[in-house]
Amino acid sequence: MDELLTILQENARTSLEDIARMLRSTPEAVAARIAEYEKNGTIRGYRALVNEDLLQQDNVTAVIEVRVQPEREGGFDRIARRISGFPEVVNMYLMSGKYDLLLFVEGKNLREVASFVSERLSTLDGVLSTGTHFMLKTYKQDGVLMDGDKVDERLQISP
Amino acid sequence: MKTRSRVAEHVRQLPFSGIRKFFDIVAQRKDVISLGVGEPDFDTPWTVREAAVFSLERGATHYTSNRGDPALRKAICRYVARQFGAEYDWESEVLVTVGVSEAIDVALRTIINPGDEVLYHEPCFVSYRPSIILAGGVPICVETRREDEFRLTRAMLEKAVTPKTRVLMLNFPCNPTGAVLAKQDVEDIAAFCVQHDLLLLTDEIYAELTYDSKHVSFVSIPAMKERTIFLHGMSKAWAMTGFRIGYACAPAEISENMMKLHQYAIMSAPTTGQKAAAEALERGDSAVADMVAEYNRRRNYLIASFAEMGVPCHTPAGAFYAFPYIGDLGISAEDFALRFLEEKGVAVVPGDAFGQCGAGFLRCAYATSMDNIREAMKRMSEFVAAVRTEKR
Repeated sequence: MDELLTILQENARTSLEDIARMLRSTPEAVAARIAEYEKNGTIRGYRALVNEDLLQQDNVTAVIEVRVQPEREGGFDRIARRISGFPEVVNMYLMSGKYDLLLFVEGKNLREVASFVSERLSTLDGVLSTGTHFMLKTYKQDGVLMDGDKVDERLQISP
Repeated sequence: MKTRSRVAEHVRQLPFSGIRKFFDIVAQRKDVISLGVGEPDFDTPWTVREAAVFSLERGATHYTSNRGDPALRKAICRYVARQFGAEYDWESEVLVTVGVSEAIDVALRTIINPGDEVLYHEPCFVSYRPSIILAGGVPICVETRREDEFRLTRAMLEKAVTPKTRVLMLNFPCNPTGAVLAKQDVEDIAAFCVQHDLLLLTDEIYAELTYDSKHVSFVSIPAMKERTIFLHGMSKAWAMTGFRIGYACAPAEISENMMKLHQYAIMSAPTTGQKAAAEALERGDSAVADMVAEYNRRRNYLIASFAEMGVPCHTPAGAFYAFPYIGDLGISAEDFALRFLEEKGVAVVPGDAFGQCGAGFLRCAYATSMDNIREAMKRMSEFVAAVRTEKR
């Protein structure tokens, strides 16, 4: 992968000047490359990585396994698009194995998610069954450990 | 009655490491951004730590064979073959040690007769000169220079060699200069060793940490194997300093005799560390590659920053140290380091801690986070500007 993307994935707020120093480039050239990535859709956005467990709110996330009936033409795509259109669905993947689609669904509380599953999701034509699991605690998200702070225990000077 | 010292004369006369004095000063301060740390800031890769934990659970807490756990020695041979292109016999040519530091000590004591001259280069790691002296050898220093990007050349060595010279001791990529040797340098120095019938003690602990070209090991030259003691270990590239695992690959006769010293002094390297090291050698490549990529970005950042503040610095092609020159600022490296710490809260190590010819230089380790490096360079830029104003 382009090292520029590695740096932005690590910290999207790294300044153009800093990136230029790291890559032996110029801020203008870095800005142009980022603009190109944004234009061609490689970079789809920038956002903060929030540890929601620390917020005083009762948001819940559920992981839902969905079995669906694929169609003769279009396979899983049509039903998948229908499901992924709901704003409650934050991540969604086509899977191999005992079920077909894996959904990450967010809601303000348990009732909201439950009602989404029972009233909207499972009533869709083509949805055969659902299995819902509620998340209890986030240990790691997008490669970042969420519990505990790293302390540098090294000697301050060493040969 | 005058009391006699209880400490042996030759030990009493041994100077303390130049780093120690500075360490004591830095230790008194809080909230220091340190570019003075000679070890990786990364955590040891999880797969390695997990293997160590598993070995403890399984009860692998006893001595290993003196030479080291056979599984690790086999892993070392496979690694050295695929990485550096040299075949070693795991039973007779490999010794697992407590870091490369022990390997240096044991190797020197194994090969030096009293009065033998040992060529080594400065600036260099703090233990080289004392280790030669403690082994009964006569250290002969060859100074490397900024003009040569701190490379060592055959011409420099030819000037220093005498009929009493027995050993050449090298460390490339180099701590503290970040210098590496080009393939041609390696071939020339190898020819020099053959011509003068010298043993080569080559500490290649930073072999994986090169940024502009792949490391060329002395063991990749077939004629050198019979006269080379190759030292390597897990501390730097795998971020495993605390596991204390190094190793020496050498011809069977030397290896066997090194093993005697190791056996009487150490018995065997720490077992947990050996289990972890085997895992690192077998499954650590991608973690090492990620760390190398990150070091490279930090290195580039430092070089660009020094250039922006007008501080000359050769491009360090290996290890994780930059070695900028501040001799033009009208302030000694030691005063620079002390005042920079006092006024800006950033620790760097004066270059003369690594030999007299390091005077005027600073060792800045980039084994710390990009945030720390960014802040340290901002403060250094301010500090250098202030020192320049004073000078006027």
